[in-house]
Amino acid sequence: MTQIRIHGRGGQGNVTLAELIAMASFYDGKFSQAFPSFGVERQGAPVVAFTKIADSFIRDRQQIYTPDYIIILDPSLIKTVPVLEGVKKNTIILINSNKLHKQVCPVYTGKVYCVPVFDIAMKVIGKPIINTAMLGAFAKISGLISLDSARKSIEENLGEKYAKEVVEKNIQALKVAFKEIKK
Amino acid sequence: MKQILEGSHAVAEIIRRINPAVVSAYPITPQTHIVEDLEKMKAEGWADFEYIRSESEFAAASIVLGASATGVRTYTATSSQGLLLMTEVLFNIAGMRLPVVVTCANRAISGPISIWNDQQDSVTIRDAGWVQLYGETSQEVIDLHILAYKLAESSLLPVMVNMDGFILTHTYEPIDIPPQNLIKKYLPDYKPAKNTYLDVNNPQSLGTFAPPDRYMEIRQELFDDVAESKNEIKKLSQEFKQVFGRDLGLFEEYKTKDARVVLVAMGSVCGTIKEVIDELRKKGQKVGLLKLTCFRPFPDEEIIKALSKAKYIAVVDKSISIGTEGILASDLKRAGFGKLKSKIQSFIVGLGGRDVNKKMIKQIINQVKLKDNSIKFVGE
Repeated sequence: MTQIRIHGRGGQGNVTLAELIAMASFYDGKFSQAFPSFGVERQGAPVVAFTKIADSFIRDRQQIYTPDYIIILDPSLIKTVPVLEGVKKNTIILINSNKLHKQVCPVYTGKVYCVPVFDIAMKVIGKPIINTAMLGAFAKISGLISLDSARKSIEENLGEKYAKEVVEKNIQALKVAFKEIKK
Repeated sequence: MKQILEGSHAVAEIIRRINPAVVSAYPITPQTHIVEDLEKMKAEGWADFEYIRSESEFAAASIVLGASATGVRTYTATSSQGLLLMTEVLFNIAGMRLPVVVTCANRAISGPISIWNDQQDSVTIRDAGWVQLYGETSQEVIDLHILAYKLAESSLLPVMVNMDGFILTHTYEPIDIPPQNLIKKYLPDYKPAKNTYLDVNNPQSLGTFAPPDRYMEIRQELFDDVAESKNEIKKLSQEFKQVFGRDLGLFEEYKTKDARVVLVAMGSVCGTIKEVIDELRKKGQKVGLLKLTCFRPFPDEEIIKALSKAKYIAVVDKSISIGTEGILASDLKRAGFGKLKSKIQSFIVGLGGRDVNKKMIKQIINQVKLKDNSIKFVGE
């Protein structure tokens, strides 16, 4: 089982990102489970969401204590929230940042990818909606979900809530991130 | 066909396919996405039911009571304080023998204020005369809704389907929602029997008063019929398997056959427990789980038979009767009195949304083998 823990702030699309990863891996033929850390939803408050991916139905409902991947949507959380809790030697961390690993998260010596998804979102969507670009970055770096399934997950999930143009822009952000971000 | 869906959305979708005539709900906290989705389906024109937005859960329950009394299929959903606010009406629905189905998204009760999961809400109203069913996964929850309507309408008893708030309602996981034609095959349109509903062409009263020379017999009849409904649940579960290919029943025995330690629990925590059991079995520990699906009626004889070989029984409750112990634990001790020789211990977990992790389950399994038999709150 692969476990992904996502840290962000209310309003950043944290929970949606967890759902998108789960949906995409389901479309790839795997079993998955996504859930939020069940807080009172407030804009700006630290939020955690979880995704598990496996080859069989995921029965266990516990939160993620030893993540294989940590995704950090707001780098300011690194100093305020225990985002690194339970890291293993081979945990891979993705941080929304255009800076360098050493500048953003010097305490963690494992594998860190600083991915400029904020810049991509501003360029493609024109708004700081970063979760779909982060989905592209995650797909590229982890190789766990295919680009096509990631696209489908955005169509299905966002298609229910938003206008067509919004969905299209988000798919564009996904694709640009997938293309530009290097593994 | 399997889809990946949020638990609440899956419940809304199964209700749309079950096609009640009247849905009524209070839309604000502690409500879930279930009724939000049902309202949306109605507004967008792909659901036939009459949707009545109520000013409180008390009103929502009263509206489905009234609608059900006219002989149609009804639905409402709630949780936590909302369920407690319905309490007075819930007793009446049972007493009037109305086949109402309610989904309870299990959540804690104030105070202190908590919006998070546990099962104190539904377990608190266990004496209302409703059948209470609990699902482990979103799949099981939607399957139980299909069975619940069939049971309600064949036994003239109200049924509450319980799903853990957030842990199931807000989780995305793979779910197979049966097509409407298959549902209809198992659950045909509701045609109430004569003299069981309000009909202008056949005037009668429902829910009238019963003087002391009648009340007890009517209450006993309800008691007997709820007790008897366990046999109907067994029968309907077999029929369910034939149509849909999935198992339901009064409870599930998971690796209990040779188990020295058996955990007893309800709801989503059973999944986590199964994972722990598999891990410990690999190390040679004989551990099992009795997952209770049907909490009311409490299937005494069947449970005793299933647990007769266990040396240690750890009852894992997500609620508590303050002043006694875990409610499921009390029930089991009552059922097993003079019949079960095992040690039965009460463990309380997950109150107010505390995450129940594998470490805690292992702690419980170790603890139950000790001499001490006091109530344990397992929180970390």
